[in-house]
Amino acid sequence: MPDAPGLELIRGEIDRDCPGAVLATSFDRAQAALIVDPERIIEVLTWLKDQPGHRYDFLSSLHAADYLPAEPRFGVHYELINRDRVERVRVKAMLADRGEEQPEIDSCVELFPTADAQEREVFDFFGIVFRGHPNLTRILMPDDYVGWPQRRDFPIGGEPVTFTYSEQRYD
Amino acid sequence: MTEPNREAEMGMSTDLLETPPDSTFAEYDGQDDLDREIMTINIGPHHPATHGVLRLVVDLEGEMVRELRPVIGYVHTGIEKSCEDKSYWKVIPFVERMDYVSYFFQMEAYCGAVERLIDLEIPPRAKYLRTLFLELNRIHSHLVWLGTTALDLGAISMLWYCFRERDKILDLFEMATGQRMHTRYFQVGGVIEDIPLGFEAKCRAFAEEMPIRVGQYEDLLDRNEVFLSRTKGTGIVSRERLLELGVTGPLLRAAGDPWDLRKAFDYLAYPELDFKIPVGTVGDNYDRYRVRVAEMVESARIVAQCLDALPEGPYIADDRKYVLPPRSELSTSMESLIHHFKLVTEGYRVPPGEVYYSIEGPRGELGCFVLADGSAKPARVHFRDPSFVNLQSFREMAVGGYVADMIASLGMLDPILGGVDR
Repeated sequence: MPDAPGLELIRGEIDRDCPGAVLATSFDRAQAALIVDPERIIEVLTWLKDQPGHRYDFLSSLHAADYLPAEPRFGVHYELINRDRVERVRVKAMLADRGEEQPEIDSCVELFPTADAQEREVFDFFGIVFRGHPNLTRILMPDDYVGWPQRRDFPIGGEPVTFTYSEQRYD
Repeated sequence: MTEPNREAEMGMSTDLLETPPDSTFAEYDGQDDLDREIMTINIGPHHPATHGVLRLVVDLEGEMVRELRPVIGYVHTGIEKSCEDKSYWKVIPFVERMDYVSYFFQMEAYCGAVERLIDLEIPPRAKYLRTLFLELNRIHSHLVWLGTTALDLGAISMLWYCFRERDKILDLFEMATGQRMHTRYFQVGGVIEDIPLGFEAKCRAFAEEMPIRVGQYEDLLDRNEVFLSRTKGTGIVSRERLLELGVTGPLLRAAGDPWDLRKAFDYLAYPELDFKIPVGTVGDNYDRYRVRVAEMVESARIVAQCLDALPEGPYIADDRKYVLPPRSELSTSMESLIHHFKLVTEGYRVPPGEVYYSIEGPRGELGCFVLADGSAKPARVHFRDPSFVNLQSFREMAVGGYVADMIASLGMLDPILGGVDR
């Protein structure tokens, strides 16, 4: 992990190249996180991946969390590793709840092909749309499922099992 | 009796497989079309070669795989969602059931994340005990992999030999924890019980025996012509591409990248132990087999070292706000009774925050993300399961090869569908 001053140095360098993209930093329980403007997430990820001397080029995990009742409500987390310096940094994009409309963020599949299945999983469970994803469909839940089960306001239990027989066919 | 000529045996095979150009069917009309026709077939979800409920939709041209789509989700049981409805200590048996072959690793990932959230240091003896059981579990997981994969490749006897040793590990688990699988042995703060009398001797005997057994497996497989021709040179994906796809664990190491979180990040007792990271060179299925087999020997060494260096002292932290008091105190101490009651009914509250903690599982980076909102239940538990991420590389291993190689690659990929679907 970069320590707290190291994180601020990284932030300073990003600020120089992409001003305003990093909204805040957080250093909590020895874990460094950059909170990033969701509209400019690809810019920051590209910088972290390609910048000589940093090269956080391994995306180990992409996941989301629902911070209800906080606002902005959804957080998309990118756990990056710099394998040369053996350091982790978390990039976090906070997305506001838009009511009936689904929250949107750019897909990073072109930058990190590993994000393919993980973005689909986030879409499946939180209904977060990744713009530019090649095949954004449900991955673990049935294709015809309605609802976003990992949201905090989605009830646990009492789920009736329904079959609509309209799942995707491969032929 | 003379030694059989191994060299001659190894050289004999492929000539027989290469049939001369066939003219028998030349007069058939449309034979070319029949060969080139793309046929979509469905393998699974219930198929012994898919190692669980994985469904493969495969486009075949003759016997060549032209396109492949893994379809997953058949054993999705919503464990991550269910965890949000349980107090922190009740989540432990839930997460064990995700990747049901490496349950100790799930427990460690989750308990470690919660310990980091509440800033709880675990005592040295607990660190060593956890390391010991993790490495036993790694051997157990690799044994299940080796037995079932060799079975797929036609080496049926391997299954019995591997499961014989696996049973010894399960006996050890049962002796220490009372359960053979899903032991719930790790607790936030340490482990639930100290190891019993007699465990050490039995475990040491196992650690000494295991490398010999691994040598026997190698004798059975390393000169097995069928096994060699089905694994060598098949399923190759370059190291760069594996990294792009986020693949970790033995698959990445087989491609020559010595990336192992046990060495890279300090956790548990690993910094104090002496072990090597086996790596491959080509990154084909044979290297994947070699790397895992070598890892079993290294794990057995770690187990022996843990027993040698096992420190005395408590096996669980002494923080009564998070750790159950000893049972014997309940009848004499009012304080302990209150703590016990409080922990069992409401559980403990965890200050708000979020932690991502990852360890080296038998299949790669196993990460656990826990979000705490200040209540006694986690607001989000997410597992970065290595099988789920590694499965993305399967398409590139299989496309362009034979169906038989696809089965070999899937076995060597070693996905556990309980972990993929969670």
